[in-house]
Amino acid sequence: MTKIVKYILLDILKNKIVLGYTLFLFAITFSVFSLEDNTQKGMLSLLNLILFIVPLVCIIFSTIYIYNSSEFIELLVSQPIKRKSIWLSIFVGLASALSLAFTVGAGIPVLIYEPSATGMTMMLMGLLISIIFVAIAMLAAVSTRDKAKGIGFSILLWIYFSLLFDGLVLFLLFQFADYPLEKAMIVISGLNPIDLGRILILLKMDVSALMGYTGAVFKSFYGTEMGLIISIFVMFLWAAIPLLFSLKKFNRKDL
Amino acid sequence: MKKIIPISLFFLFCHYLASGSGLRVGKQQMLKTITEGLFRAKDKDTIWVEKGIYNEQNLTINKQVVLIGIGRPVLDGEHKFQNVSVKADNVTIYGFEIRNSGISSIVDFAGIKIYDSHHVTIVNNILVDCFFGIYLQNCTNCIIRNNTMTAHQLQEQQSGNGVHCWKGDSIQVIGNKISGHRDGIYFEFVTNSIIWRNISVKNIRYGLHFMFSNSDTYAANIFENNGAGVSVMFSNKVKMFHNYFIENWGDGSYGILLKEISDSYIDGNYFERNTSGIFMEGVSRVKMCNNNFKENGWGLKIQSSCMDIALTNNNFLGNTFDVGTSGSLVLNTFDNNYWDKYEGYDLDKNKIGDVPYRPVSMFSMVVEKNPPAMMLFRSLITTLLDRSERVIPSLTPESLKDNYPLMKPIKL
Repeated sequence: MTKIVKYILLDILKNKIVLGYTLFLFAITFSVFSLEDNTQKGMLSLLNLILFIVPLVCIIFSTIYIYNSSEFIELLVSQPIKRKSIWLSIFVGLASALSLAFTVGAGIPVLIYEPSATGMTMMLMGLLISIIFVAIAMLAAVSTRDKAKGIGFSILLWIYFSLLFDGLVLFLLFQFADYPLEKAMIVISGLNPIDLGRILILLKMDVSALMGYTGAVFKSFYGTEMGLIISIFVMFLWAAIPLLFSLKKFNRKDL
Repeated sequence: MKKIIPISLFFLFCHYLASGSGLRVGKQQMLKTITEGLFRAKDKDTIWVEKGIYNEQNLTINKQVVLIGIGRPVLDGEHKFQNVSVKADNVTIYGFEIRNSGISSIVDFAGIKIYDSHHVTIVNNILVDCFFGIYLQNCTNCIIRNNTMTAHQLQEQQSGNGVHCWKGDSIQVIGNKISGHRDGIYFEFVTNSIIWRNISVKNIRYGLHFMFSNSDTYAANIFENNGAGVSVMFSNKVKMFHNYFIENWGDGSYGILLKEISDSYIDGNYFERNTSGIFMEGVSRVKMCNNNFKENGWGLKIQSSCMDIALTNNNFLGNTFDVGTSGSLVLNTFDNNYWDKYEGYDLDKNKIGDVPYRPVSMFSMVVEKNPPAMMLFRSLITTLLDRSERVIPSLTPESLKDNYPLMKPIKL
C-alpha cells in the first residue's frame, strides 16, 4: 500500500497543478496579510479562502485526477492487490498532497503574521476541509463512469455545501422563527462540514458577538473541550463516511 | 510686620478651635475598646487605634471624631453585626480593616454606614466580605477615597453593593478598588458628585449602577468583567470621560447600558471586547466624541427611541458589528467617525471618504430579528446579501449613515 501511495504522491507532485495551487495560496495569503494594516482583516480574507477556494480546488482536482487515472487503476486492479488498498492509497495520496499544499501555502504566512489560537484553528480547519472534500470527490467520481457527469456532480456538491445549504438554513430559520431553534442549530451545523469549520473559527474570532444569547448556546457547546472533541469527531466522520461509501461502490464496480 | 501679628494670632486661634485632644485605644492601653474611647472622647478629638482585632458589635460613632488606625487594626463584625455606623458630621475613618459584616435580607448591614451626615471622610480602609461596603444614606460632602472592597458571595441576594449612595449631594468616590460585590458603585438620587479613578471588576451585577442621579461626573474609572457591565439610567447632565469598559460578556451585558439619559457627554472612553459596547434606549441630546470601540460584538446598539445623539470623531476598530438598531427611524447623526470596515475612496485627498458609510449591516438586522441566524455569520450567502444591501438598502435604515467617514483612525 505504501508503494502505491508513493507512486500516487509522486505523480501528483509531478503534476504542476498542485504546485500552482500551493503558490496561489501562498501569494494570496501573503498579500492579504501585507495589504491590510490590521491582521484581523487579513484573517477574514483567509477565512473566505478556506471556506470557498480550498473545498473547490480539492473537490475538482480530486475528481478529475481519479477520472484521468482510470487506466492506472485498471492496471492496478489486474495485479494481485486488494481493491480496498488501491482505493485507500488513492485517497491517502490525494489527501496528503492537497493538505501538504495547504500547509505550505497558507501555513507559512499564517505562522509569520498571526501565530495565534485563531490562526492555528484556521489551519486545522483548512486541513480537515481539504481531507473531507477529497473524500467527497471520491464518492462523486466513483458514482458515475461519465467524466462530465462526475465533475458536474462534484461542482454541484460544492455549491450545495458552500451556498445552498446556508440559504436553506436561513430560509428554515425565518419559517420557524417562532420556535426555539438554538439547540436544533447545533445539530444542523453538523450537517455541513464547511459550517462546522466556520463556527469553530468564529468562536475564536468573534467571541464577543457570540456571547449573545444564541451565541452563548453555541459557545456552551462548541466552546467546551467536549464540544470541540465532538465537532472534530463529526468532521472526521465527514471524511470517513463518504470514503467508506465510495470504497463500497468501488469494490463492486465493474471497471 | 504690624499686619502679620494679628493674622498669625488669628491662625493660632483657629488652630486652637480646630484641634481636639488625642486618645489612644489598644490592648496595652487604658482604653481597651474603641467604644470606650468614643465614650471618653469629645467632639474634634482624634482616636488612635492600635493594631489588633476589635469585636465592637456595631460601633456607633455619634461624636465628631477622627478615627485613625495604626498598623491596620481589624474591626470584625462576626457575620452578625454592622461594623461601623456613623451618625455624626465631620467624622474621619482612616486605615482600618473592616471585615465579616452581617448578611440579612431585611436590614442592609454595611461595613461602614453613614446616616444623614455631612463632611464624613473614609480613607484607606480595607473592607473584606462585607454585605454592603460603604453605605451613604442621605449624606452630603462626603469623601470615599482609596478604599479596597472585596466580597466573595456568588448570589445577588447574598451580596450588597460596594459603595452604595442613596440620596446625597457632592459625594466624591475616588480611587477605590471594588470587586465581588453585587454592584460595584451604586448611586440613587445623588447629585453633583464625582466618581473618579475607581477600579470596579468582577462584580456580580453591575460595575456601576446609576439611577435618578443628575449632574454627576464619572471619569477615568475601569469597569471590567462585571456580570452586566455598567448601567446608567433615568438621569440627565451626566458626564462620562475617559473610562474603560472591558470584557462585559453576555446577552444582557453591556459596556454601558444607557436608558432615559439626556443632556450628557460621553467623551474619550474605551470599549473593548464587550458583547455590546453601548446599548441606548430612550436617550436624547447626548454628545459622543473621541471614544474607541474595539473588538466588541456590537460597538453600539442604538434603539429607534433615541434622538439627537451626535456621534463624532469616534474610532470603530475590529467590531463584529459596528452599529445595531431596532427600527428604521433615525434621529441621530453619525458623521466624521473612523470605521475600519469602510471601503470607500478619497479622491480629493481631504482625508474624508467621498461616499457615505452605512454602519448597520443587513446581517445585524437579521440577527436582531432572528438570533439563531448568528450561526450563518460570515458565510458566503450572508456576505452576498450584505453586499447587495450596501448598494440598495431595503432592510437597513436608509438615513443611518456617516456622510463624512474618516480615512484614517483618530489618534486617541
